[in-house]
Amino acid sequence: MKRKEEVLQDVVIKFAGDSGDGMQLTGSQFTNNTALLGIDLATFPDFPAEIRAPQGTLPGVSGYQLRFSSDLVFTPGDECDVLVAMNAAALKTNLKNLKKGGTIIANTEGFDQKNLRLANYADGVNPLEDHSLDNYTVHKMDVTKMTREALKDITLGTKEKDRAKNMFVLGFLYWMYNRNMETTIQFLKSKFGKKPEILESNIKALQAGYYFGDTTETFTTTYRVEKAKMPPGVYRSIMGNQALAMGLIAASQKSGLPLFLGSYPITPASDILHELSQYKTFGVRTFQAEDEIAAITSAIGAAYGGSLGVTTTSGPGMALKAEAMGLAVMIEIPLLICDIQRGGPSTGLPTKTEQSDLLQAYYGRNGECPMPVIAASTPSDCFDAVYEAVRIAVQHMTPVVFLSDGYIANGAEPWKFPKTEDLPPITVKFKTDLAEGEEKFLPYLRDEKLVRPWAIPGTPGLEHRIGGLEKQNITGNVSYDPENHQLMVKIREEKVARIADHIPLQQLDSGAEKGDLLILGWGSTYGAIKSAAAELQHEGYKVSHAHLRYLRPFPANLGEIIRNFKHVVIPEINNGQLIKIIRDQFLVDAKGYNKIMGVPITKSELVLKLRELLGGHN
Amino acid sequence: MSETTTITPALTAKDFSTDQEVRWCPGCGDYSILAQVQKIMPTLGIPRENIVIISGIGCSSRFPYYMNTYGMHSIHGRATAIASGLKATRPELSVWVVTGDGDSLSIGGNHTIHLLRRNFDINILLFNNQIYGLTKGQYSPTSEEGKVTKSTPYGSIDHPFNPLALARGADAGFVARSMDRDPKHLQQMLLRSHAHKGASFLEIYQNCNIFNDGAFEIFTEKGTKPLETLFLEQGKPLVFGAQREKGIRLDGFHPVVVELGNGFSESDCWIHDEKDFYKAQLLVRMFDDPRMEGHLPRPFGVFYENERPCYEDMLNLQIQEAILSKGKGDLDKLLRGNETWTIA
Ligand code: SF4
Repeated sequence: MKRKEEVLQDVVIKFAGDSGDGMQLTGSQFTNNTALLGIDLATFPDFPAEIRAPQGTLPGVSGYQLRFSSDLVFTPGDECDVLVAMNAAALKTNLKNLKKGGTIIANTEGFDQKNLRLANYADGVNPLEDHSLDNYTVHKMDVTKMTREALKDITLGTKEKDRAKNMFVLGFLYWMYNRNMETTIQFLKSKFGKKPEILESNIKALQAGYYFGDTTETFTTTYRVEKAKMPPGVYRSIMGNQALAMGLIAASQKSGLPLFLGSYPITPASDILHELSQYKTFGVRTFQAEDEIAAITSAIGAAYGGSLGVTTTSGPGMALKAEAMGLAVMIEIPLLICDIQRGGPSTGLPTKTEQSDLLQAYYGRNGECPMPVIAASTPSDCFDAVYEAVRIAVQHMTPVVFLSDGYIANGAEPWKFPKTEDLPPITVKFKTDLAEGEEKFLPYLRDEKLVRPWAIPGTPGLEHRIGGLEKQNITGNVSYDPENHQLMVKIREEKVARIADHIPLQQLDSGAEKGDLLILGWGSTYGAIKSAAAELQHEGYKVSHAHLRYLRPFPANLGEIIRNFKHVVIPEINNGQLIKIIRDQFLVDAKGYNKIMGVPITKSELVLKLRELLGGHN
Repeated sequence: MSETTTITPALTAKDFSTDQEVRWCPGCGDYSILAQVQKIMPTLGIPRENIVIISGIGCSSRFPYYMNTYGMHSIHGRATAIASGLKATRPELSVWVVTGDGDSLSIGGNHTIHLLRRNFDINILLFNNQIYGLTKGQYSPTSEEGKVTKSTPYGSIDHPFNPLALARGADAGFVARSMDRDPKHLQQMLLRSHAHKGASFLEIYQNCNIFNDGAFEIFTEKGTKPLETLFLEQGKPLVFGAQREKGIRLDGFHPVVVELGNGFSESDCWIHDEKDFYKAQLLVRMFDDPRMEGHLPRPFGVFYENERPCYEDMLNLQIQEAILSKGKGDLDKLLRGNETWTIA
């Protein structure tokens, strides 16, 4: 049957279902398929804190939002064009984010009495029947029944068969967006190669969904999104935690320091541990420690021995590591602490995103305890940012905090990956012997960067002792001398401050050098701010956007940039953290835009807020 | 431990001391332990640069400053975890942890049991003085019940740990006890700890003459030592007393004291076997409160010694095997992944 084909520029699909419905897999498969066509994309997976929250309930809904476009995109989209609702709860939680006139693909079996009740619909109310959705295009399909039907010749039990229903939906969407099923078939083969029946049921369900679209007359149109005009090059799809893991391996290879990861499982950082534990051929040693404290202290032990010591965690774990971070500051050894932030305080919102820990990274330790802080702004930026964090740690002999968050960690985007040879070098020099005229090794004798030598056990003639007690300047001996303590506190502070001479100056992401408003951001708000700035600039406002990777120390020219604008707004997914530091350091009356709902800031809400601030004057 | 290192010109105990003034209270048991460690170190045939001593916090944890090796005086309770990370990445180093009863059994208890369970080839020297010395005299997790200290004016109601039973509970492969006042025995035990491949747990009774003076007097002083202590020797019967007039016999699963020559001879006694897993469980439980009527003597020596694979060896083996079967990792291949597309 011949169908009309329509070309679209920008599409946002939300896959939503019960956490057992396989929506994350469906979403990531569609994402991969999209990426391979050279279409630009951004994703936002959103899952419940419970692994299997009660089936069919509102808290049990797991979602995966994907935006793809023939334009370049920087956010997963504020509203969806298409909502796939596997059950009533999925519809209820996501309807508010569906565009007026958008499309709903509803699995009717998920709207039976029981599911409606679990989703808190009033008795006798079914949104699929009561015309409440008349402003939308609703495609009702009994996915469960059709999947069972397609798999009737397979000997699996009904429960197993029903597990393939997400593939039916995926197949249908592949048809709807003019896709080819090959990427997913290949994926299924590699995943279920050893379980032929499961493999067959998944492939059959996928194909059944595709042919359902093709043969049912209800669907009159298919859609196509063209390739995006991305810079030329070879691309792959990448998620934040994956990029972080690769950045660590790359830094280890380029520096020649073997990578040691001490980590304790915690959401949303665990995937880094999973990922790195696979790469034994790169000499990566992963150590699943007994707790967060052992995770960081084992990494300190490894770094002391000359490895690239890394620990990965999230907010609560970071709190537990605080004392050991202080030790690393005192003994001045390189160490990387990666905090994949989530909603806090306490256990907070483990699966939701928040820029929760900037102040913790800055100040969350006893004593005067300065430490560089670096933040990634997108999934692929995790690679570059963590690589840079390692460079700073080993070249400045200091622990470094690397901040990412749940949104970046689990989000995916196309990545023009680098070649090994193009990565900047990371040179590391261990001290191997006494220099001429040097009689005794002085572990706290510094160079012009105020960096002390890295002398590792096994080096003859450099035996020395370090520790958490205050060090005497130069000798590193224990010292309780008051003048010395003041001097050492100042030296440690100055050492971190001087890193500003060894990082790039801050660039504006967009906009003119001077203007009415500077939007200053850090971390995962990048896409929303970038898009909002573009819209306001288009409307004629004198708005610029600067996005910080280096949060401590700040780039040397940041003050200058700030002073070039009448207003400064700092949007953050927290109650205002960067703003406190900026006000403190630059005495500027910056304003905040703070969203603390466990979800990213959207472009539209930010535009609204900024327009209001600019008083509608462009 | 089994380091393969070249032997440097013969070192002496002096080569292992530093220019740092030793800051323990005069008369503290730590001095003797330091002296014994400095004495045995040159005999190990390990160059100084390959020895690392890591400590936590407490009086005993000052130890690394006085040893001319590599060393780290770290934070409270974490020496065992720091040492684990070091040993995992630098298996050729001889790694020693010096810790106290508060450091390793209270704040750092978790890391201690996990190091033992994983079996890193690390020597733990636990200086047990049954008190918090550095913080000036609070009861510790090994203090006896009823102990009156600054924080327990009405007497401690905490039941104390039995450190060796705890170590065996975590499957420590080497478990031994010695005391500061018996230098010869202590030296032997240090050498045995070192010789064991795998985690060694050596508990050393150490007198804190300021806050808990005489805590172990009953075991260390001439008058009481013979009847209150039982020195274990491999393959020898459990016999004690100034005239070796008493022995331990196993009555079913119960160790009982018997008078020798009184119908019992040494051959009726329990013969010590360090390799015997089940007997070791009984032996570590010979931990009677010496204030108790009819208590058993306290054993000293090697309670248990058996080798099993070390964590660091298995970790490095996995890496070697992965490289052998798949080849060394290729970074460009990793970055590229399985699926790419090209934008012209
Ligand atoms: S307080 Fe006790 S343990 Fe500490 S140094 Fe003094 S005597 Fe030794």
